[in-house]
Amino acid sequence: MGVKVSLGVSLGAVLAIVAVALVGGGVASLQPVFGIIVPYAAFVIFLVGFVYRVVDWGRSPVPYRIPTTCGQQKSLPWIKHDKIENPSSTLGVIGRMILEVFAFRSLFRHTKAEMASGNIVYGASKWIWLGALVFHYSFLVIAVRHLRLFLEPVPFLINGLDLVDGMFQIGAPTLYLTDLLLIGALSYLLARRLIVPKMRYISLANDYFPLFLILGIGISGVLMRFFIRVDIVSVKELTMGLATLHPVMPEGIGAIFFVHVALVSTLFAYFPFSKLMHAGGVFLSPGRNLSNTSRAKMHVNPWEYPVKIHPYEEYENEFREKMKNAGIPVERE
Amino acid sequence: MYDAWKILVGLAIFLGLFTFAFWMNAGKAAPVPEVKIDTPEIKKMPEPERKCVEDKHFMRTTHMQLINHWRDQALRDGDREYVNKKGEKYVISLQNTCIKCHSNKKEFCDKCHDYAGVSPYCWDCHIVPPEEPKEEPKGNEL
Repeated sequence: MGVKVSLGVSLGAVLAIVAVALVGGGVASLQPVFGIIVPYAAFVIFLVGFVYRVVDWGRSPVPYRIPTTCGQQKSLPWIKHDKIENPSSTLGVIGRMILEVFAFRSLFRHTKAEMASGNIVYGASKWIWLGALVFHYSFLVIAVRHLRLFLEPVPFLINGLDLVDGMFQIGAPTLYLTDLLLIGALSYLLARRLIVPKMRYISLANDYFPLFLILGIGISGVLMRFFIRVDIVSVKELTMGLATLHPVMPEGIGAIFFVHVALVSTLFAYFPFSKLMHAGGVFLSPGRNLSNTSRAKMHVNPWEYPVKIHPYEEYENEFREKMKNAGIPVERE
Repeated sequence: MYDAWKILVGLAIFLGLFTFAFWMNAGKAAPVPEVKIDTPEIKKMPEPERKCVEDKHFMRTTHMQLINHWRDQALRDGDREYVNKKGEKYVISLQNTCIKCHSNKKEFCDKCHDYAGVSPYCWDCHIVPPEEPKEEPKGNEL
């Protein structure tokens, strides 16, 4: 697919969801569909799909050690071993995984290739690492903040997080820093795919779609908080109904809320089938989660079977007469 | 499955985190807060005059933006006159306009703010209105 098709398909899909929710959310009789049934269905698809994908990966055999090594392997005592970048023990793997999951270590290693006076040179390029880190942590804080709508009474820590996120007290309701950071980081991640020719070349609709989707979630949320206000108490009545498994549909919630919920539901339902499964996949990456004991230990393929071999000696025994008749030299007469 | 117990522990943590709200709420009802608008000042008014500066839906959804706007208009521009959508004039003042009627912070403001997990900073500067002395049953004198 060309870039125009990819962009068109992914942006079109997000806009179609927005349009459907905007129309459906405005019709009172359809509101329970968009407010209760779709979110529940999406959440179930998410949980079941996520577990299915992880179990599926878990069933795949990884008989040999295939970590991506990024440092000196453990060898002789006077050669300094890089315990985290080339772990030889479970402890080292845990350290490596913590760095990978919480700090995106492998992305920090990102380099950029450029032609300089006829030579290709590689230089550090940390922007993608920074953008990804800002995006993921902002999204995490936003998700945790939303627990205020699903817990009653609201726990102290959630209220505290809310206060810290809105600490500059800009406007009322206060502007959340993570809202700015999320939309900023997503815009960067999208612009990167569109502007850098190499990125544009390898970007597909399934790269653009999650970006547009999460941008849509962020923008609809910001719109709802600052510009097209909805009654938060009615919203919490709905969300608490979902969380207590006694769903209710309060009246008078604006259509913008259903747009937000439809986009979030799409994200949940789409998650297990998409590249977003890297959330679970990072833990099951044999390139990351295996210690490098390829030399230190004997690794035997557990389902190895005896291979039927036919050595030259047997071959010659079988065909000696025919070979002699054809004038082909033989090793033993 | 290979490394089954590690993967199952991971999946249990995943499911636990994502269904956290369901467990916390299990068997609990979450009643919607009902704000009280029965302060003495409101009761004094005849029924048809019991109105806020704007309509109920606007006040429920957008009062914080209105109050924020009022603060800027009154304190930064020195303009204390507010004309509502119907053309009626009001004095911009939290103490003398809003709280004159809604003097019951605990039963009015805090009810929804606590429910929605909102912590407005009105009272960093403004004086919290004194609660009406309630006629509490006298405790035993022991």
